[in-house]
Amino acid sequence: MAKYQSVFKQLLEAHGGPGFEQDVRNLILPHLSDYAAEIWTDALGNLVGLIPGAGEGKRPRVLVSAHIDEIALVVTRIESGGFLRVAQAGGFDPRALVGQEVLVHTQSGRVWGVIGAKPPHLTPPSERSKAAKLEELYIDLALPEEDVRARVRIGDRVTLRRAPVDLLNGRIAGKSVDNRASAAVLLEALALLKSMVHSADLYAVFTVQEEVGLRGARTAGFGLAPDIAIAVDVTFGAFPGQAPDESFPLEGGVAISFGPNLHRRVFRRLVDCAERHRIPYQIELSQRPVGADANAFQIAGPGLAAALIGPPIRYMHTSVETVAYDDIWQCARLLAHYVAEVDALQVEELTCY
Amino acid sequence: MLLKELTEAFGPTGFEDEVRGVARRELDAMGLSVRTDVLGNVIASTGEHHPGPRVMLDAHMDEVGLMVTHIGEGREDGGLLRFRPLGGVDPRVLVSKPVLVGERRIPGVIGAKPVHLQQPSEREKPIPMEKLYIDIGARDADDARRHVKPGDPVAFATAYDELPHRMAKAKSFDDRVGCYILLEALRRWKGALPVFGAFTVQEEIGLRGAHAAAYQIQPDIAIALEGTVAHDVVGTPAHGQSTVVGKGPAITVQDGQTVAHRRFAEFLWETAKTRNIPVQWRRVKGGTNDFGAIHRVGKGVLGGAISVPVRYIHAPTQVVSLDDVMHAIDLVVAVLDEIAKGGFRP
Repeated sequence: MAKYQSVFKQLLEAHGGPGFEQDVRNLILPHLSDYAAEIWTDALGNLVGLIPGAGEGKRPRVLVSAHIDEIALVVTRIESGGFLRVAQAGGFDPRALVGQEVLVHTQSGRVWGVIGAKPPHLTPPSERSKAAKLEELYIDLALPEEDVRARVRIGDRVTLRRAPVDLLNGRIAGKSVDNRASAAVLLEALALLKSMVHSADLYAVFTVQEEVGLRGARTAGFGLAPDIAIAVDVTFGAFPGQAPDESFPLEGGVAISFGPNLHRRVFRRLVDCAERHRIPYQIELSQRPVGADANAFQIAGPGLAAALIGPPIRYMHTSVETVAYDDIWQCARLLAHYVAEVDALQVEELTCY
Repeated sequence: MLLKELTEAFGPTGFEDEVRGVARRELDAMGLSVRTDVLGNVIASTGEHHPGPRVMLDAHMDEVGLMVTHIGEGREDGGLLRFRPLGGVDPRVLVSKPVLVGERRIPGVIGAKPVHLQQPSEREKPIPMEKLYIDIGARDADDARRHVKPGDPVAFATAYDELPHRMAKAKSFDDRVGCYILLEALRRWKGALPVFGAFTVQEEIGLRGAHAAAYQIQPDIAIALEGTVAHDVVGTPAHGQSTVVGKGPAITVQDGQTVAHRRFAEFLWETAKTRNIPVQWRRVKGGTNDFGAIHRVGKGVLGGAISVPVRYIHAPTQVVSLDDVMHAIDLVVAVLDEIAKGGFRP
């Protein structure tokens, strides 16, 4: 039975953009401690937990990762009146920012703000057909200018403010479902693995700075040099107007990625494992290196056998990213069963072309 | 807290029931004579036996919102809800917002196709309303129909919060701030004057409730209490700001449907000044308020509007100064006092 739904919601309310993931890390730490024999953080801030496998001798080494950063903004200028201008730290659609409540993370704590929206009464028709540009948007802290200047500094980070929303059918909407959903997958998988026997040493890694270029994955992949590295990351949930191969129904199964960037044998094993355990899955095709940690894993150090799985979510990179918890659960089942089945022979086969 | 309760109440145009409930409860507690008319306006009165002038204070209960128009049946859109606006909503403020749908207040979200999957040309234009959906988490149309139906009204799901320096944020300060001022002014005022408090419906689709309310009341003087446009933000020239948050309630000079009665506007201004209540002029032509309807009812009604500046009006999160709200209450009570003393003769 799934046991991390409420932790998942806490993760959605935590704030951690690229490079300042400490609050998210601190939330995960006590839960990771329930399973890991050793826990450490690397120079970039990746949180690693080692769950040793059973048996003597050389054991397969498997890395599973979920990035814990979320897309964010950075204060670039304080305008007269105390309004803030911002730059991207991750890929927001500026159109999804208008009228959005945010938190500015200052040295002296969080400050509430809202991204201004011009009232229709003052908006001429010519303006209505134009999309908001990030340079034109501003954050209103509803504070006197001198207070803003005393508290906010250039470089302060900004994240969305959004309490998770419970929808029907165990679906949950909120900010940073990308990729806290996969952090929940890892925790659920670790709980499942506790009652399974696995010969592989498992490294559960909560990576940083994915949203600005897979940076945490790169050093984690190099530093741990596992035999197999599986990234767990969300993919595009089905929605009208999207191409069929970029549109995965919610509760339609775990998305297992296939393409040149991903190791064919690991992919095949994952599919086989899902079939045998009656775990619903759907196959996501990529023609280029994927936009996820698995991209960096493949070329970390001497090269790693990389894979990518994940739950589909709707409205990616908005404050209402929507996931079905059942998809998180099915993804955790697949991850746990796969890890439990990895053996030395499979590792040997990885270089047999 | 009454202002919190009023702003969080669900009341898209034509579906003001929850707000009406709050207004009636408060008015009943004050022991006023209260009735509801055929449109759904709530009209409270006090001092009807006193000689005139008859004064009507007006605030509208409705807010801009959406209406569910269709439940998706297809393979792609199954269970997603199509909608149209109730009142003036810029589709650009809808993306990435939570809402509540229908009588049962089913939570939903308005998302959009991820930016990753949008063509560069698509990114340059706002996402039109017909490409937006409300997602309540339904698996398909049948699932959705168990919870919602076409015709269900939709409101933003924004919590009221107080901010430092006596500021507050919420949805629908337009015009729950007016409802609040009207309630508090009626609670406070104890003079000898026939005063009518009209909590009206359907302002956002053309000042509908105010027409009928004014006809019934037949006031000599009417004052609309509004949450009005403030755009005192970076990059906006002073003449385009309309009003400035924190500088006191605003008095209309001229808007989309009214030209101020000069003598009455001056009377409002002087009343504020003599009592040291901060006050400012509302300085844009666009937009209007219930007085636009009231002044044309019957043989015509003299009066004006007292408004609280609201930033981001008609958007899910709006900002006001609570000092402006309190000063507006002070001003309304002061104006009633002055009229009762014969300080303004229609």
